[in-house]
Amino acid sequence: MSILVNSASKVICQGLTGRQGSFHSEQCLEYGTKLVAGVTPGRGGEEHLGLPVFDTVVDAVRQTGATVSMIYVPAAYAADAIMEAADGGIELIVCITEGIPVLDMVRVKAVLDDHGCRLIGPNCPGIITPGECKIGIMPGFIHQPGRVGIISRSGTLTYEAVFQTTNHGLGQTTCVGIGGDPVRGMDFIDCLALFQADDATEGIILVGEIGGSDEEAAAAYIQEHVTKPVVAYIAGVTAPPGKRMGHAGAIISGGKGTAAEKYAALDAAGVVTVRSPAELGSAMAKALG
Amino acid sequence: MNLHEYQAKALFADFGIPVPSGLTATSPDGAAAAAEELGGDLWVVKAQVHAGGRGKAGGVKLARSAAEVREHAAAMLGTRLVTKQSGSAGLPVDTVYVEQGSAIDRELYLSMLVDRGREQVVVMASVAGGMDIEEVAASTPEKILTVGLHPAAGLQSFQARQLGFGLGLDKSQRRELTDILNRLVRLFHECDASLVEINPLIVTADGRVVALDAKINVEDNALFRRAALEALRDPAQEDPMEREAREHDLNYVSLDGNIACMVNGAGLAMATMDLIKLHGGEPANFLDVGGGATAERVTEAFKIILANPKVRAILVNIFGGIVRCDLIAEGIVAAVQDVGVTVPVVVRLEGTKVTEGRRLLDASGLAITAASDLTDAATKAVAMAAGAAS
Repeated sequence: MSILVNSASKVICQGLTGRQGSFHSEQCLEYGTKLVAGVTPGRGGEEHLGLPVFDTVVDAVRQTGATVSMIYVPAAYAADAIMEAADGGIELIVCITEGIPVLDMVRVKAVLDDHGCRLIGPNCPGIITPGECKIGIMPGFIHQPGRVGIISRSGTLTYEAVFQTTNHGLGQTTCVGIGGDPVRGMDFIDCLALFQADDATEGIILVGEIGGSDEEAAAAYIQEHVTKPVVAYIAGVTAPPGKRMGHAGAIISGGKGTAAEKYAALDAAGVVTVRSPAELGSAMAKALG
Repeated sequence: MNLHEYQAKALFADFGIPVPSGLTATSPDGAAAAAEELGGDLWVVKAQVHAGGRGKAGGVKLARSAAEVREHAAAMLGTRLVTKQSGSAGLPVDTVYVEQGSAIDRELYLSMLVDRGREQVVVMASVAGGMDIEEVAASTPEKILTVGLHPAAGLQSFQARQLGFGLGLDKSQRRELTDILNRLVRLFHECDASLVEINPLIVTADGRVVALDAKINVEDNALFRRAALEALRDPAQEDPMEREAREHDLNYVSLDGNIACMVNGAGLAMATMDLIKLHGGEPANFLDVGGGATAERVTEAFKIILANPKVRAILVNIFGGIVRCDLIAEGIVAAVQDVGVTVPVVVRLEGTKVTEGRRLLDASGLAITAASDLTDAATKAVAMAAGAAS
């Protein structure tokens, strides 16, 4: 078992013919992902990487029955691509693109509210169910089918968690990189709920970072609803405050956002927290006995 | 990206938001001439730096004659203003803004920003204007009014009324506030702002609502479609190393420690800093070379971190996913030879082609210490920095 994607998931790629889209789609195909088509406006009817290319998402969905879209469209056009995927009936949208203006994402989220679809990202490594389906830019070979669900706001730090759980022989059910942007799709809680309900997932690793209050919200949710062991690490204990966020931004979050506060909330919720990212795997191995 | 107050006020004026008349000057004589051109008998001389807290730091001065304007400008220009937000080195004052003085009845606070929790643009207002708004939020949160703007519907009249009544404005002032809010919403979207702040927004002695200060942050991700705003960038206000890094697509932030880091991925870069701290060291910087690190970028990254004289050791932490470790290793070897690295370099490589990568580092004959894992890397870097420093 797994969450969100498996070997049966039919995937299209928006931006398949671009440099990034081509490179990573090829890797996904090699991994065994059921990638069935690409979408590039104006290139409909062509073939790329042995896959049919369509002008619109609607066409691609109608012809292939795909339910998942992987987006590599450049930042300037990515918000439009996400909305096109939602409009085309895609159920799970995975947007890898980095650098989408936040006001575009504010519009996108309002539009997605009208559709029953899920969004992962943007600015994320994607999602992978080891041995079955890789949608994104993560290196497939470090993964191993197994028992741990991984949720992370950071790309390379997800790889650390994966690598360590693989080395400890635990493996992963599904790994979701939810992305580092302030306005994004699925959050920790959405993923926690799915992992809690997934029989194959025995433990959950949560990798957070400074900024916002998602980790605090996740802690509250875990305390109420999650019975499986959760191991968490928060990046950015040493990050200088106020370097990225505007002044008034700190007010809205009510003083939340520091690593110390996030750790305190997670500790209070009974989560196993580690201060070193090198201890994620060993802590989970210990928690699972 | 931050704008100067005078740039933000020019944008306010373009969008029809009332601001006092003002002129910029880069010399004391220019400032005096500006005062004479503006007319009146009261002026304010304001240092133009990208930091708040200027008033308390002596960067905002009242003047009652052109001679006094000249004096204040002479005292500010060419110096570095140190405020609560500027860092200890301060920021250079290359320009002053000379403004007509205003007769102030009340000082209010108004801002607009993207609230990540609500996933909306929100407007915040407070009767406690002219003060440090963080302090207001902490001590008297009830004094802060907030309304969220639905992305499709935008600002509604009832929301403007909520704010107007909440700020205790009279009927004509509420009408002026509504007009200002509508113009501000347009400005916010057309500038792709991440923050617009007016502190204070004043009610003048004759009852008008005017923006006495103006702060605009433009979202970096949107600069590709805001060329006119990008042109307003003032490099003198930015950290030179951060600027250099940005030009090479590297994400760099200066810190106070002596162990430089070079990492692929922002999360791993933060985690590497945390590890250094955890093992008793202090990171000298945050540096994300990005997912697609190439030999060239690694070389540029070495140049940037070595420009910091405090650096006693370098920790390179690369998790090769799509990027191959052997290519990164080649880049490191080339960079160390090229740039002439004189401090110890600890390298932790993991991921694709890691064995080949480690072999290349070993065979290079350079003073590069290989680390077997994250913890090993951090301990070695901390020990070497301590050794080099003593």
